[in-house]
Amino acid sequence: MASALINVPATARRGDIIEIKTLMSHIMETGFRHTVTGEAIPRNIITNFTCRYNGDEVFRADLFPAFSANPFISFFTVATESGKFEFQWIGDNGFQETASASITVT
Amino acid sequence: MTHKNHTSRREFLRTAAAATASLALASPSLAQSPARVVVIGGGFGGASCARALRQLDPSLDVTLVTADRQYVACPFSNEVIAGDRAIEAQQFTYEKTAAAGIKVVVQMAQTIDPQARTIGLADGSTLRYDRLVLSPGIDLRFDALAGYDEAAASRMPHAWKAGEQTLLLRRQLEAMDDGGVVAIVVPANPFRCPPGPYERASLIAHYLKTRKPRAKLIILDSKDAFSKQRLFQAAWQELYPGLIEWVALSQGGKVTSVDPATNTLVTDFATHHVQVANVIPPQRAGRIAEIAGVTDKSGWCPINPVSLESTQVPNIHVIGDACIAGAMPKSAFSANAQAKTCAGAIVALLAGATPTSPKLINTCYSLVAPDYGISIAGVYQPRNGLFADIEGAGGTSPLDAPRDVRAREAIYARSWFETIGAEVFG
Repeated sequence: MASALINVPATARRGDIIEIKTLMSHIMETGFRHTVTGEAIPRNIITNFTCRYNGDEVFRADLFPAFSANPFISFFTVATESGKFEFQWIGDNGFQETASASITVT
Repeated sequence: MTHKNHTSRREFLRTAAAATASLALASPSLAQSPARVVVIGGGFGGASCARALRQLDPSLDVTLVTADRQYVACPFSNEVIAGDRAIEAQQFTYEKTAAAGIKVVVQMAQTIDPQARTIGLADGSTLRYDRLVLSPGIDLRFDALAGYDEAAASRMPHAWKAGEQTLLLRRQLEAMDDGGVVAIVVPANPFRCPPGPYERASLIAHYLKTRKPRAKLIILDSKDAFSKQRLFQAAWQELYPGLIEWVALSQGGKVTSVDPATNTLVTDFATHHVQVANVIPPQRAGRIAEIAGVTDKSGWCPINPVSLESTQVPNIHVIGDACIAGAMPKSAFSANAQAKTCAGAIVALLAGATPTSPKLINTCYSLVAPDYGISIAGVYQPRNGLFADIEGAGGTSPLDAPRDVRAREAIYARSWFETIGAEVFG
């Protein structure tokens, strides 16, 4: 089943540019494939990913059928204050997963 | 055709040198002199091809260029690492190759001129060819994984070319305390011997279970699936429960950098400090292939699967691990099959004929324990410029086979190695 991997630095200095890495296990079925008997395999993908830093959205991505299975998303942000990063993945068939990580900014 | 049972090294280097000199003076007319085929690479592919050429046409002038006087085979070297086999059982020489009428030249090939059809050797001499076969195997990419360069390999052995590296990994395992962690780092496809890392994990686990029962083994993998996966995983559950942890790409298994000074392996999501780090880096075709201009941007060599001839440079054929063989895995068995196909195609081409479309077989045996073997077999034929799997042919060992079947497969595996060793070098 779905599971998230996230990598947020545990500590940073105020103003540092930090890298955040995420990986969500997901089949990312394109909707373009067929079974051996010719039936279409319905699309089943993650459509949206967001990251909030102490409630403020700092990163958002829309995903499409061309994304690989188990999408790996990494991005940079500026460490402004201690607190919490919250991640959310939303997709087809009501898919919704969340994860979070704390950071101490000095 | 005369066979000499034994040719001294000196005698045979002198013969080779004389032959080179006379060829250099000979008229280029093909009608009068035997066709010259040079094979570069003395592994399972190259040594097989040189022999097959002479067998198919004893009038051919065949030269085998090999960098070392001795060949150390990779198949079964995982047993050396696990302490169940002596390295000597992996070593082969070229006396019988020479006795078969093949000139064996122990030199590094350094340059290739496809226009002039010449090869420059490390000693400054030149060989001429009508057809050239490259069987250079793999080069390890010491530029592909941060921190893993040639010096790092002396701390974190790859052991993906058999020899000193095999013994180094063996010594590290012996020196490790009970309770230590062994890591095997596996690259993304393609690489030499697709089931190899998992056979290695199995045999190391066998060693740990019997000698260091508190130790653990972790596989950090850049892939989400692997060859004979269900068979391996079922056997691990049965033989080594809780000992082997496989971390797939989607579980954060891809190693992004290493630090040999501290035996540290870093992934995107974790840092592993281990006692023994076996780092198998990404690979590419052996260097001479790039020099010859037969590699593409992948680092491997596209070929016409009917003749094994390079699609980029005429009159040069590429066999074994270095070529892009589609569904055929990079294995000694494949290299041997491709070598015979290539030899047949060369004999046909030299006679002005068109090579016929071949069917090739590969079998990869893996040992999960010394008396527990599993296998995967396939049959391949050219399709759309690659070797394609013939559906319904081949397959893997049954998932639910009883132990006596596994024991017999281990015996088949050993028999295969004896057979191929005898055919190619014996």
